[in-house]
Amino acid sequence: MKAPLALIVLLLLLLWQGVHMLAGPDALAPPLQTIAYLGAQLPTPEFQAHILATGSAFALAVAIAIAGGLAIGLATGLSQTATEVVEPLLLAGNSIPKIALYPIVLLLFGIGMPAKVAFGAIHGVIPVAIFTMSACRNIAPVLLKSAAVMRLSRLDRIGSILLPAALPEIVTGLRMGFSLTLIGTVLGEMFGAQSGLGYLLMTAIGLQNTQVIMAVTLLLVVFAAGVSTALLAYERRLRSRT
Amino acid sequence: MAAPHVSMRGVTRVFPTQKGALHALGPVDLDLRKGEFFAVVGPSGCGKSTLLEMIAGLAPPSAGTVEFEGRAIGSDVPDGVGVVFQENACFPWLNVADNITFGLRRLPVAKDEVARRLDYALGLMGLRDFAAAYPAQLSGGMRQRVCIARTLVTQPRLILLDEPFGALDQQTRLLMGDELLNLWRATGATVLLITHALDEAAMLADRVAVMSSRPGCILEIIETGWSADRDSRIVSDPAFGAVTGKLWGLLRDQSLNALGPAA
Ligand SMILES: Nc1ncnc2c1ncn2[C@@H]1O[C@H](COP(=O)(O)OP(=O)(O)O)[C@@H](O)[C@H]1O
Ligand SMILES: [Mg+2]
Repeated sequence: MKAPLALIVLLLLLLWQGVHMLAGPDALAPPLQTIAYLGAQLPTPEFQAHILATGSAFALAVAIAIAGGLAIGLATGLSQTATEVVEPLLLAGNSIPKIALYPIVLLLFGIGMPAKVAFGAIHGVIPVAIFTMSACRNIAPVLLKSAAVMRLSRLDRIGSILLPAALPEIVTGLRMGFSLTLIGTVLGEMFGAQSGLGYLLMTAIGLQNTQVIMAVTLLLVVFAAGVSTALLAYERRLRSRT
Repeated sequence: MAAPHVSMRGVTRVFPTQKGALHALGPVDLDLRKGEFFAVVGPSGCGKSTLLEMIAGLAPPSAGTVEFEGRAIGSDVPDGVGVVFQENACFPWLNVADNITFGLRRLPVAKDEVARRLDYALGLMGLRDFAAAYPAQLSGGMRQRVCIARTLVTQPRLILLDEPFGALDQQTRLLMGDELLNLWRATGATVLLITHALDEAAMLADRVAVMSSRPGCILEIIETGWSADRDSRIVSDPAFGAVTGKLWGLLRDQSLNALGPAA
């Protein structure tokens, strides 16, 4: 697992260098220069303020998306009728381009932190809910019968049987929810904020500052890929037991 | 005569389906004596699992009553009943030891007693080397032994087994049968074993009920007359041949029925 990952990273860096050489320095800053620039920027208070703005908005958005998605998914997945009613709604909601809701989010929350959080959360909540619901529906009936024979209370049944049995599929939903919430939060910052990495990207585009654009993009890619890979590894470990 | 441990009167089960009502079972009248080893044989689809689920309190009868220890079974599984299902019912996220003690840890049993019973069950089921393994690492037969161990540690007074050895080869089934007999003698529990294997029923049980094809009714109950210290070597006893022969005589027509008019 370790060796191929290093190889992929190396290939991506080479590809980046190649595109830089083909397209010229005005289009794309080269990798080494970008890494050096990012290294220099990271300790500065201005850059850290942007990271903190994005980080706190994202953390809040992801917490809301996960809590909301789990609640909706569990509440509907546990009942046949609720599933039949809510599933089409969730699937429809999933297919709406969230950007179309952006004006409404801005109208409701105004420019700033609440809008970013809301925009991030609406991206993530639906996949978490859909995967949680389907995970509950897919539990082998014999596990629930076993819980009944052991006379588990309702709460114990949810905590000790339902959640662990559904966990591998729920983690898939969390992984999706995580990436989409990050997209939503950064998108939200691009148009409706005065701080954060998305805002920084937008101003850099206006100034044609390729160094800043590449540095911020690199930071986001490393963070997203890192967390996603860790979640995938966790998911694989869970699935190897089923 | 002592009061029956389990008593069924006029028990019927009808499933509502898209194509109308499906009469799966009954009416069944059946008494299980306290401490006996009782087996039920019948063609597949005749309602054996349905019968077991109603005795366990996992599903209510459409008509009739089921009593356990003199009390009507409501919508919950009564205390003192253990079930081993046909399918693999191990919890895949728990290791063997945690699977076995899952129900036990929820009972008012002291920690050292939990450990003692776990150790006993691991030894009895030959799982001592696998206490830390996860179910996915085990064979089908070992998983079924985990489920049997999980049931026996709670010391149920009534043990219901639904074709527990269905997935095992013949030799393993005979050996598991011996272990089941040891278990039954050690605990004094009433055992209800559902099986489609005539020899298994004939070898293990004090009494064997033969069911008709769907809707399943009890055609006859045969007393085997074995002594309590029997084991799998009984299969070489001439009386064993007589019992299986009698069972097959009753079941042959029913099995042909269950195969459908084409057969
Ligand atoms: N939930 C259900 N809904 C509709 N029909 C069912 C249901 N459960 C079982 N049946 C039907 O009832 C009959 C008896 O089933 P079952 O008790 O599982 O048989 P057995 O265990 O003897 O093979 C079968 O024909 C089966 O298809
Ligand atoms: Mg069955």
